[in-house]
Amino acid sequence: MEVLLGITGKDYVIIASSKAAMRGPTVLKATDNKTRNLNKNSVMAYSGESGDTVQFAELIQANVQLYSMRNGVALSPPAVSSFVRSELAKSIRSKRPYNVNLLLGGVDPKTGEPSLHWLDYLGTEAKIPYAAHGYAQYYCLSLLDKHHHPDIDLARGLTILRMCSDELKRRLPIDSKGLYVKIVSKEGIKEHVFEDEGQVLPA
Amino acid sequence: MDTLVAQYSCPAIEDTTLDAEQDELLHGPDALSLNFSLPPIAQPSSWLRAMTDDASNPNCPIKIAHGTTTLAFRFKGGIIVCTDSRATQGNWIASQTVKKVIEINNSLLGTMAGGAADCQYWLAYLGMQCRLHELRNKRRITVAAASKILANLVYSYKGMGLSMGTMCAGVTPQEGPALYYVDSDGTRMAGNMFCVGSGQTFAYGVLDAEYRYEMEDEEALELGRRSILAAMHRDAYSGGFINLYHVKEDGWVKHGFSDMNPIFWKTKLEKGEFSNVTADME
Repeated sequence: MEVLLGITGKDYVIIASSKAAMRGPTVLKATDNKTRNLNKNSVMAYSGESGDTVQFAELIQANVQLYSMRNGVALSPPAVSSFVRSELAKSIRSKRPYNVNLLLGGVDPKTGEPSLHWLDYLGTEAKIPYAAHGYAQYYCLSLLDKHHHPDIDLARGLTILRMCSDELKRRLPIDSKGLYVKIVSKEGIKEHVFEDEGQVLPA
Repeated sequence: MDTLVAQYSCPAIEDTTLDAEQDELLHGPDALSLNFSLPPIAQPSSWLRAMTDDASNPNCPIKIAHGTTTLAFRFKGGIIVCTDSRATQGNWIASQTVKKVIEINNSLLGTMAGGAADCQYWLAYLGMQCRLHELRNKRRITVAAASKILANLVYSYKGMGLSMGTMCAGVTPQEGPALYYVDSDGTRMAGNMFCVGSGQTFAYGVLDAEYRYEMEDEEALELGRRSILAAMHRDAYSGGFINLYHVKEDGWVKHGFSDMNPIFWKTKLEKGEFSNVTADME
């Protein structure tokens, strides 16, 4: 029951991931970070098979950075996404595929355009204004369908994220130990302290 | 004459070809793992499961030694590492005197849970790699690096049926006290406290309730011992002896390999705990 959420706004992208690292019936860690910064302007959040996730994320991170070293330009977020998709598409037909689902958020440093890409282990890729993976989809997408607009400011984006987080706390049977949040803007990537405000009970 | 000249002249580019052994010592083996020959089977893990699944087939040809409780936690005075000592093959207790803590060097410890053979073999292998790292780089390996060697190694065998849950604990000048969890899925993470094995839930129950970072050494040792005792008491696949270590700045100190039974009865009679167990003979 890992949670990944992504919300784009006027000039930013919010990426959130659950802090719980679970194995069987045990929460092994409640401060887990399921994100990697690929370069100054894009973040990847991952969920899926344990072991595969970090291995794949670090592979992508290293290759995106290698590309900029070789060519002296940073990959734009859509370019990173195409690259990751091609890696997943190769992987799914291999002997042992990576079982990893991703959200990729970035802001183009030149145009300032925010973008959010949803990718799954099968190699599906979609550029969308808001996204979720796992059970969070069932609860949050309807909420985001109603409340999201393309031109929302950061404060509104964070309010909507809080609504999503509250809904997950209210309806998911398993506590995901809060959300780890990163905000990407033209200036770069910032960690955002997303306070855990206690339990939320169904009405 | 030519031979004399050859003997005393320096070639423009120094000849740096080393023999294979020197080369390996300097640069490490090509691949992280040794090369095993694998069985000629499409899905090694499902085949292994069929051969070893004691629960669904009591007549399975291979019975793997399993079942454990191990714990480690960080606190003010360093790291406590504690394990039980039982190895089981299905319902059979194969040994009560297993050493589940391996001493990688005098400041690094590894713990074993899961398949006994896998853990024993790969932790010994890790010990070897750590020593080679020391020889090659003239300094002790960090806990982060040691745990990553193991994590990358088991990841390269992912899906082939390895079964292990280990912790690496140590104190290094670069990191201070560090604790990492590594398992055969390829998961590797740093943390303050981990319990691993079939008895993990029982150990967490005692440990979580009374753990404080600011504990004194004696308190911490007692809490580690009591948490393992709880698991040994409730988990049928844990038992035997309590193996207790304290990792400090200047290396680890062993605090005994002690039979659980006198400790259990002492705890019960002196502290009145384990009140579900009756000692009277009525």
